[in-house]
Amino acid sequence: MMFVPGRRRARSVEASGPALIGPDEWRRRRLRWGVGGAQALLLIGLIVVGLGPLLWLAKSAITPTNDTISYPMAFFPHGAAWGNLREAWTEVQVGKYFWNTVVLAIGSWFVQVFIATTAGFALSVLRPKYARAITALLLTTLFVPAVVLLVPLYIEIVHPPLIHHSFIDSYWAVWLPAGASAFNVVLMQRFFDNLPREIFEAARIDGAGPFRLFWSVVLPMSKPILGVVSVFAVLASWKDFLWPLLVLTNPDEQPLSVRLPQIQAQTSLGVFLASLFIASLVPIIGFLIFQRSFLRGTGLGGAIKG
Amino acid sequence: MATVEPIDAYVTDSEPSAMSGRAYRRARRTPVTWVRGGGLATLLFLLPMLFVFGAFSWYPIVRTVIMSLEHTNLVQPTFVGLDNFRAVLNDPLLPTAVKNTAYFALLALIFGYPVPLVAAVLMSEVRRFRGVYSALAYLPVVIPPVVAVLLWKTFYDASPTGVFNTILGWVHLGPYPWLQSQQTALPSLVLESTWANAGGTVIIYLAALTGVNRELYEAASVDGASLWRKVWHITIPQLRGVLLLTMILQIIGTAQVFLEPYLFTSGGPANATITVLLMIYNYAFGNSLGGDYGNATALSLMLAAFLAVFSLVYLRLTRSWSGK
Repeated sequence: MMFVPGRRRARSVEASGPALIGPDEWRRRRLRWGVGGAQALLLIGLIVVGLGPLLWLAKSAITPTNDTISYPMAFFPHGAAWGNLREAWTEVQVGKYFWNTVVLAIGSWFVQVFIATTAGFALSVLRPKYARAITALLLTTLFVPAVVLLVPLYIEIVHPPLIHHSFIDSYWAVWLPAGASAFNVVLMQRFFDNLPREIFEAARIDGAGPFRLFWSVVLPMSKPILGVVSVFAVLASWKDFLWPLLVLTNPDEQPLSVRLPQIQAQTSLGVFLASLFIASLVPIIGFLIFQRSFLRGTGLGGAIKG
Repeated sequence: MATVEPIDAYVTDSEPSAMSGRAYRRARRTPVTWVRGGGLATLLFLLPMLFVFGAFSWYPIVRTVIMSLEHTNLVQPTFVGLDNFRAVLNDPLLPTAVKNTAYFALLALIFGYPVPLVAAVLMSEVRRFRGVYSALAYLPVVIPPVVAVLLWKTFYDASPTGVFNTILGWVHLGPYPWLQSQQTALPSLVLESTWANAGGTVIIYLAALTGVNRELYEAASVDGASLWRKVWHITIPQLRGVLLLTMILQIIGTAQVFLEPYLFTSGGPANATITVLLMIYNYAFGNSLGGDYGNATALSLMLAAFLAVFSLVYLRLTRSWSGK
């Protein structure tokens, strides 16, 4: 650090974490041009690859179908067609499917956060003697590929044991299985494990029972991890396709992801692309707002799986 | 219920972190003291999780094994031993599906494994706008997969005025048939899948790169090591654990690829993109007259068993490599 001349440089080097390229090395011109050039190329590549398809989608959502078919890369050769968006929302009923998606996402979010926090709290803070056995059972489910569950889970929804009532076309068939995510529980558990236990002890001495401890002490301290779990719960629900396709057979109840392939067959290309655009808007805006939770959670995911 | 736990556990269990849980309990155990001591409250907290995991995770796992040994029509299942497994193994489509799935996994490694690593190493040395880099890299990951596939299906339009064919036409290439030819269909699927997933791997590498010991870099600089040598001899070895992990996770993920072949091509043209998961789906749900759940569960169990064995061998092999 002692070679660093200016304050600004010092801060930026520190922020860059691992100093693969040391500050004195960074001042060597050839290296700086080489690495800087590679980084600039990477940025251009990322813009073309990461942003390009979305910009094309945004453009084509408001371009007349004929123009998109004949000149896909031209920029509004015959003006815009804002009507695509309106037609998608009302006539193709994207609006209705959009709200279905929202309702499914809110329910899945609530079930996942409820299960993960209560179970994580019991296993990490209350720690009954059988906690270790339950954690082991939870961890084994992480090693079972999801496809193994697909068929028996479907049969269970159609013919539930004990209850003789099919849950096909009920949102509970999507909401409840979403809660069985061992990943969420383990994430919560690890976070609670790192909270200072003196605070729990102090709360207990002040007469707080387990419910009070959970609601007034542990949950308020867990906002960062709640953000991560919430963001991923909503995103996963928004992305889900196969399971809602199987258990929600009534088109009026289906979410956007299930309807979009059907919409493609029903309408013109312009309206279809407008529907795709609407469907990706919420996740993109959500990502831009909660970017830190997203990136943090993905990094955490790598750490936990390791 | 209280009798399950021996009283002398207080004496033998000296785990310090478990202290606070113990504080709720009294010395003499009866159901009443168990409730008063917080045992019931603990169980209440665990109950939602136990119900949901029991009903939607543990029970279905057991059911899969039973169903794979039964001939199931929803009314009356009959035990048929290993007949389902035999039927699946004799299915003429299975070799094609296995070959396609393996090809998909291999191509996904070739397309998608080195690029995120190079990108992450470069990004971790970016001095300004690093957030812009990672946001751009992660953006495709947040697009719903169905939207991504349907959008790329439009891009892959095989006519000369398709999006990709137009762009390649600028440099006098193509037009290519993309999804419509047996040779290019599967690579096209892999290309989209790589686009949709690579950003997550980049972020994992970026997180791992912050854990690399800076002193190693400084020591290497003092010894006059060049940039390439530092990357090759410090960065890559330090990331070895994460690199090996993302590789096995990617293989496990691509072995279960479903959405791309289902939405892009439905397994076509001429079964060029049928995968193991698509076969499972077709056994169970592809026939509107009633699914062959026995075959579907048998094949899914064989896939799971293969992945488990593969992971074990992989871990064993890589451990001996890293141990040397």
